[in-house]
Amino acid sequence: MASNTKKAQKFDAKKSLETVEEQFQTLQILNEEGEVVNEAAMPELSDEQLQELMRRMVYTRILDQRSISLNRQGRLGFYAPTAGQEASQLASQFALEKEDFILPGYRDVPQLIWHGLPLYQAFLFSRGHFQGNQIPEGVNVISPQIIIGAQYVQAAGVALGMKKNGSKSVAITYTGDGGASQGDFYEGINFAGAFKAPAIFIVQNNRFAISTPVEKQSAAKTVAQKAVAAGIPGIQVDGMDPLAVYAAVREARERAVNGEGPTLIETLTYRYGPHTMAGDDPTRYRTSELDNEWEKKDPLVRFRKFLENKGLWNEEKENEVIEKAKEEIKEAIKKADAAPKQKVTDLMSIMFEEMPQNLKEQYEIYKAKESK
Amino acid sequence: MAQMTMIQAITDALRTELRNDPKTLVFGEDVGVNGGVFRATEGLHKEFGEDRVFDTPLAESGIGGLSIGLALTGFRPIPEIQFFGFVFEVMDSIAGQMSRARYRSGGRYNMPITVRSPFGGGVHTPELHSDSLEGLMAQTPGLKVVVPSTPYDAKGLLLSAIRDNDPVIFLEHLKLYRAFRQEVPEEEYTIPLGKADVKREGTDLSIITYGAMVHESLKAAEELEKEGHSVEVIDLRTISPLDIDTIIASVEKTGRAMVVQEAQKQAGVAANVVAEINDRAILSLEAPVLRVAAADTVYPFSQAESVWLPNYKDVIETAKKVLTF
Repeated sequence: MASNTKKAQKFDAKKSLETVEEQFQTLQILNEEGEVVNEAAMPELSDEQLQELMRRMVYTRILDQRSISLNRQGRLGFYAPTAGQEASQLASQFALEKEDFILPGYRDVPQLIWHGLPLYQAFLFSRGHFQGNQIPEGVNVISPQIIIGAQYVQAAGVALGMKKNGSKSVAITYTGDGGASQGDFYEGINFAGAFKAPAIFIVQNNRFAISTPVEKQSAAKTVAQKAVAAGIPGIQVDGMDPLAVYAAVREARERAVNGEGPTLIETLTYRYGPHTMAGDDPTRYRTSELDNEWEKKDPLVRFRKFLENKGLWNEEKENEVIEKAKEEIKEAIKKADAAPKQKVTDLMSIMFEEMPQNLKEQYEIYKAKESK
Repeated sequence: MAQMTMIQAITDALRTELRNDPKTLVFGEDVGVNGGVFRATEGLHKEFGEDRVFDTPLAESGIGGLSIGLALTGFRPIPEIQFFGFVFEVMDSIAGQMSRARYRSGGRYNMPITVRSPFGGGVHTPELHSDSLEGLMAQTPGLKVVVPSTPYDAKGLLLSAIRDNDPVIFLEHLKLYRAFRQEVPEEEYTIPLGKADVKREGTDLSIITYGAMVHESLKAAEELEKEGHSVEVIDLRTISPLDIDTIIASVEKTGRAMVVQEAQKQAGVAANVVAEINDRAILSLEAPVLRVAAADTVYPFSQAESVWLPNYKDVIETAKKVLTF
């Protein structure tokens, strides 16, 4: 009898991980030379839309350069550089509709601007002025989150709210490769999955959480595969390829508004600059070889080539955008300069709907101080 | 003796104890290769290697839980929370877990953990990087809470904190990191936890304070001296447990007292000090014990912080009220 018994198969826990890892390949549509390498995945975008996306990327690169120099002159405050991440940031926002709601991290100011936040308010936010956070009616965003990952759980809430309201819109939130280690990250994707809420979770994997390399964040080979544990779709895309980013977000949006729940999207990207302008020195933790390797993947370079080949872009168009950006930045700074000086008494008045006694008393003290 | 800034004194203390005690571990976000965002751990990764000084994944709650687990396995963890405004992410580990371990286990487990973290305002940070949240810690039984105000104190207090067998929250004021240099012995020395320091002696008024406000209070005391007032300035150094003896001895001598803190006024450390004085020395008092504190708002957007933060002028104004009562 014993010889007839099938030998029990040895359990192989490792196999399931390998199976998962094999499934997460990077989606790319445009290669570094601006050539289409995945025709089937090409998103439907008109010539005008393609030009508009390029215009925004060029504009935002100029905005980044100007913001860095304004910060160095002491004319801006807190600033987290964005160069390198244009495709990841702007193509994902480009795939949204106006009614979609953005919950950004602190590097994600460009998405807010293209979603409707006036530029001068972005500057006021940088300067530490509360009017920078007073989002205008009809602009569906919340001001940048400072606590890494906190916006992820909130995105699940916004998305559930949209579902309950029956609105055909999505909540989209952004964090980085470091943020994907926070408890809030897991809670956010899990909640949204459990409630089948229309959320899009973007992880902009720019390889470094301040100084810590992504390899030290997790044993997981991709961030995208973390979606498996939450039971939601996950995809890794070339975050330097605007068309791949757009296609992935657009598809996730469609599924979300069709009631099919959330998606996790990892964009492989790179920040050329320091973490923020407050003293970070990337040469302490990154090599110039790695910097060079990633600069070759530049999203503007490849998209420019792609559009030039189609006859949709040229130097003249590019210069027009650059001039316009510089002009508008100058105007926005002027407008930010004209904002009233920030007062403690203003801040007291926005603590509660009605000022409690302690604040009323303190209000008088600070009013006297501020009139000196 | 060497001239050191507070941040150098802190690095020096960490290096000293990493050399002394093979069970000490330094970890947190960016504390390894990068040497910490303020360079508090500069050179330590190189000297002690990845086993002793290491970067963690980005998760404050994870850092807190990891510390507890390492303490349970015989290590002496010295985690860094990159900014104390991020403490809310690790609040359960600190206030719900490590503070209760000894009590919960009937004394079986203790938590020899020193949580280091920068805090405090005046350097134009983004939100949640400048908050004075030491009151939340001081309100938690089972924690010791230390706030040094000078490089010399920082080294001696940090060495005591690391060697302490209970959890210590060690709060380093951002503005003091590089504010000034001071003679700091290169050899090791300790300053006991729970002991205040009389930073300036005086006979007319006791100012009880801690952290960056020690320096505003000393400046105020100098100004008041010119007007003939002799002001004593007590640096609490440890805000939990309080050094009641030093406070009461001073108040009994001067008969007048005030408390200065950078944090918001409501339910704070200063209120606790006032209550202790009232409980123990009311008959020695010639005047009510007043407080200087910030307004009861969220830490302000940075453009307004210079007005919001208490300064030596506020200390002088309140001191005069107490002196002339």
